[in-house]
Amino acid sequence: MDLLQVDKLHKRFGGLQAVSDVSFGVRSGQIKAVIGPNGAGKTTLFNLISGALPSSSGRVLFKGQEIQGKKPHQVAQLGIARTYQNIKMFSGMTALENVMVGRHLQSRSGFVSSMFNLPGTRGEERLIREKSMELLGLLEIADVAHVSATSLAFGQQRAVEFARALAMEPEILLLDEPAAGLNMYETAEVGRLISRIRDLGITVLLVEHDMSLVMDISDEIVVLSFGQKIAENLPAAIQQDPEVIKIYLGEE
Amino acid sequence: MKRLLTIAPLLAAVIAIHLLCAATGTLYYLTQMTMSAYYALLIIGLCVLMGYAGQISLGHGGFFAIGGYLSAALTTHNLEHLQDNSVISALHSFGVLQSGQDLYGGTLLVVNPWFACILAILAAVVIAYLIGIPVLKLKGHYLAMATLGFGIIIYRVVLASEYFGEADGISEVPAFVLLPGLVVSGDFAGRVQNYYIAWGLLIIGLILLLNLIDSRVGRALRAIHGSSEAADAMGVNTARFKLQTFVLSAVFAAIAGIFLTHYNGGIGPSEAGVMKSVRYVALVAVGGMAHLWGALTMGVLLNFLSLRGAFGAYDDAVFGLILILVMLYAPNGILSVRWRPRWARKKTAVEEG
Ligand SMILES: Nc1ncnc2c1ncn2[C@@H]1O[C@H](COP(=O)(O)OP(=O)(O)OP(=O)(O)O)[C@@H](O)[C@H]1O
Ligand SMILES: [Mg+2]
Repeated sequence: MDLLQVDKLHKRFGGLQAVSDVSFGVRSGQIKAVIGPNGAGKTTLFNLISGALPSSSGRVLFKGQEIQGKKPHQVAQLGIARTYQNIKMFSGMTALENVMVGRHLQSRSGFVSSMFNLPGTRGEERLIREKSMELLGLLEIADVAHVSATSLAFGQQRAVEFARALAMEPEILLLDEPAAGLNMYETAEVGRLISRIRDLGITVLLVEHDMSLVMDISDEIVVLSFGQKIAENLPAAIQQDPEVIKIYLGEE
Repeated sequence: MKRLLTIAPLLAAVIAIHLLCAATGTLYYLTQMTMSAYYALLIIGLCVLMGYAGQISLGHGGFFAIGGYLSAALTTHNLEHLQDNSVISALHSFGVLQSGQDLYGGTLLVVNPWFACILAILAAVVIAYLIGIPVLKLKGHYLAMATLGFGIIIYRVVLASEYFGEADGISEVPAFVLLPGLVVSGDFAGRVQNYYIAWGLLIIGLILLLNLIDSRVGRALRAIHGSSEAADAMGVNTARFKLQTFVLSAVFAAIAGIFLTHYNGGIGPSEAGVMKSVRYVALVAVGGMAHLWGALTMGVLLNFLSLRGAFGAYDDAVFGLILILVMLYAPNGILSVRWRPRWARKKTAVEEG
């Protein structure tokens, strides 16, 4: 059974069919990529899966359970984490604090125990901090842990977003253009990181424009165009697919 | 421990002010300092709601009034004529009710201030939940208007109901004996003690809120403020956190109302007025929104000046003006303003992109 399954998903914005009858599955342990030209509906698809947008019709199944209609925080609870195409840092917080928010679901302390700083809360807080520092280390940005997140360089902000999502210990990670705005060196770095994340046992669903990155690391690729799925196959086959070549090279 | 160190300067300042007043024979200032501390308690609670959870409330005067008026009504309305009622006598024997004497020597049977205090806080909690659930679904202007509406309702209710004394309010509110020897009252002899009670309460409130801000909950709140969408995706139940913060800030407001009412020996409808709520919002803004220390400092300072009559008949106008000026020139609060030459200002604007 697929870990994540998208079944005949539709999303309309007024007259625009942003996602149209899209179905595919993501197997556990896979890196699956979703590619397609600008406006193809990739980000919308992510928003439908993560609960940020309600779908017009269709189903999203996670471990066989229907999750469409759930609120984003409930989807997160199931073990689905995501990053954003336009980085969404928590402004006014340090890089470390941003990552610590990622431990939200892995910790319990509520208003009362936090205000009185009860022993349980203190122990929990220490664990949150340690784990978050560890992740900043993994992403090689431990040196900017205490710098305000929004004042970091673009690539570092992307790294914080990664660390934040990983802090959730998700089962599946949805990455929306993780290499956008990065240079070649950083992009290769992101590629290695994604492979490493998969090796940690986290399934990855990846939206990306950088074709060499996608071809390098994905196990399977779904191609969207104008909201519709036009192909789903192994990277090598996708590269040969005449339909895909046509939309990428443009029609005369 | 770490927290105590950050609080130490404030503690020192509180003691220094007392000693200074004592040395200069101006102990009467402590009265307004006591009242200002209670108002500041409300303001730091509102600061967490506005500055950290990012939710405005123009109705916190209402929660202050709920606290103040309920404890005032419960501790003043004579239940003597119900003494034969079995419920009343049972409550009496459990210590929920206490006997006393009115001004003319008649016997009084009223609710013990401790129970009145707890009931008033519970009422504020329940009302904040009931109001908060629908209202916090709104954003920005709509939330401001809805909470303003709530404040107006409370104001009209206390003005219209005989139980709350209509336009006269409630007077002759008894002293609140916190512990034997520790009494909240406007009694002249207890002036210094009450100054320390008020500031003790404010400092405890501040410590609790500083702890909160620096915790899992506080990070969640700040995250909601920073990017509500990303906070959701991290599993933060934003609706629940906003609601709980709303209730928490209402509790701070109610406690401020309860204590100040016992201190003043009464409460009037102006405490529930919309202008009070606007003033609280202005004070949080001038303190820097997401700045508990700023809210506390400005809350104490400007309330003190206002209570000393420094703004004369223009009192409310001054707070309105402050609100306008802060929004225009110091959206991050007055404490954030530093004079910088014009060229330096330009440069940072570019840096910030
Ligand atoms: N909230 C919205 N309201 C209305 N239209 C929207 C909304 N979000 C996206 N759209 C439209 O839906 C279509 C798909 O957008 P989407 O962002 O999903 O594309 P994308 O594949 O992620 O593109 P890109 O590669 O540029 O990120 C676009 O035409 C977009 O303008
Ligand atoms: Mg997109």
